Amino acid sequence: MSTGIWLARHAQNLLGALGAVSRNPLGTFLTVSVIGIALALPAALNVLVQTGKSAAGNWTDVRDFSVYLQPATPLARAEALARELRKRDGIDSVQLVTADAAVAELGEDPVFANALAALESNPLPHTLVVRPAGDMDSEQLGKLSTGLQKTPDVDLVKLDLQWVQRLNAGLDFLARLGWIAAVLLGGAVLIIVGNTIRLDIQTRTEEIEVAKLLGATDTFVRRPFLYLGLWYGLFGGLVALLILAISLWLLGGPVENLARLYGSRLALEGLDLTTLSAVLGGGLLAGWSGAWLAVTRHLSGLRPKN
Amino acid sequence: MIRFENVSKRYDGGREALSSVSIEVAAGELAFLTGRSGAGKSTVLKLVALIERPTRGQVIVGGRQLSKLSYREIPAYRQQIGMVFQDNRLLNDRSAYENVALPLIISGTGQREIGRRVRAALDQVGLLDREKYPPRALSAGEQQRLSIARAVVSRPAVLIADEPTGNLDPELSLEIMTLFRRLNEVGVTMVIASHDLPLVERFGSRRIVLSGGHVSSGETVDRPAGAAT
Repeated sequence: MSTGIWLARHAQNLLGALGAVSRNPLGTFLTVSVIGIALALPAALNVLVQTGKSAAGNWTDVRDFSVYLQPATPLARAEALARELRKRDGIDSVQLVTADAAVAELGEDPVFANALAALESNPLPHTLVVRPAGDMDSEQLGKLSTGLQKTPDVDLVKLDLQWVQRLNAGLDFLARLGWIAAVLLGGAVLIIVGNTIRLDIQTRTEEIEVAKLLGATDTFVRRPFLYLGLWYGLFGGLVALLILAISLWLLGGPVENLARLYGSRLALEGLDLTTLSAVLGGGLLAGWSGAWLAVTRHLSGLRPKN
Repeated sequence: MIRFENVSKRYDGGREALSSVSIEVAAGELAFLTGRSGAGKSTVLKLVALIERPTRGQVIVGGRQLSKLSYREIPAYRQQIGMVFQDNRLLNDRSAYENVALPLIISGTGQREIGRRVRAALDQVGLLDREKYPPRALSAGEQQRLSIARAVVSRPAVLIADEPTGNLDPELSLEIMTLFRRLNEVGVTMVIASHDLPLVERFGSRRIVLSGGHVSSGETVDRPAGAAT
């Protein structure tokens, strides 16, 4: 078969399958809606996780280390240490809070002002506020903390690591949940498409049998149904994206309000290219696979019997 | 051209449709398979078309041992066999033209060549003016002629027909058989299963008589005077 004929046959099957989809609008609507809902759920979980990670990134001040130096450390040594730490990997920025600045800030609070006035000397040490790089996980943060603790002239390193660990664990859990949902609901899409194609095969049983008797290969018989599965998957993916877009639009305002009450500027992550590709690609793959399974199962019954 | 060597076929459930059948049909020959219902006529044709495989023995068509053909090789083999069925197995959601074009589409023939060969086949069976009609709009005789056009459009070396006149009245049956005879005269090897003995006897071709899964005779009958040609 020449390339031109081969391409023409594929184009005929592609458009023929689109025609078959459009001839049954109600059935197609129901099928692609179910596929769309099944694909939208894991995608929504992914958006939630991405938003959570972004939120964790926004709350970087929570991840800052307070590095208290030995009380006797001179200011020049504190400044030198700050410069040294800024050059280290995994550190985004280092801010020096001198002992004088710290006591002045504390003195602005009337509760502490009298107590500080009663003291003969400044009891506060110089402090370095170390901000780690944004992409560090809790394990890397722990290593950084240990490294800082071992630095000469450092007295104490403080980090609310438990909070960070809880946040990351929660996000990991959601991400894992998203994967499980994607696998389960991907399987559901496969079954939905497979069953829809099976019903279509039943209405074309005679045509398939005649074609096989006239010498059609399995590929020839399978091709129009594979295109049908691809159309279902594509339209299902588009419905899923529509559901996601509407959901993000509906939830965007309330989430921002809620975040504002907690002093944050959190916003739901939009549909990025990765999510778009994953939803459409997942829909196409599940549609194709469901159709392939349904037709292959039917064709196995048409093999010559011994 | 077609040779059965001690072929037996037992279906699921234990019924033996053929028992040690040995027959041979030469290239270019027209042979009739006759016998009562259940004699094994359809099974012989199913084995030639590779719809079934024999339980024992060898079926050889055009020098090829069919039991050695893999599943992937069957489509190419079937494209060289024309088949006509009693119920004609035409697709009613397609036109006469599209029905006849189907074997050529399957074999990957170009559109222009398809048009030329389909119209030639329709002309051969006298249905050129019906090419746009769906099969259900045609008479029973026309439908069977259409299925013959579909069977010969690929210019097969072998044509098998299973009770092609089973649903037709005597006049139409004679017309269809005459058409087969004309096709045979241009060199197509034919095996036609029919239980219509009076009709078969009007053609001077070899009759292979099956009875209870055995060949009871393989005689050549002289064409009676006045038989159709």
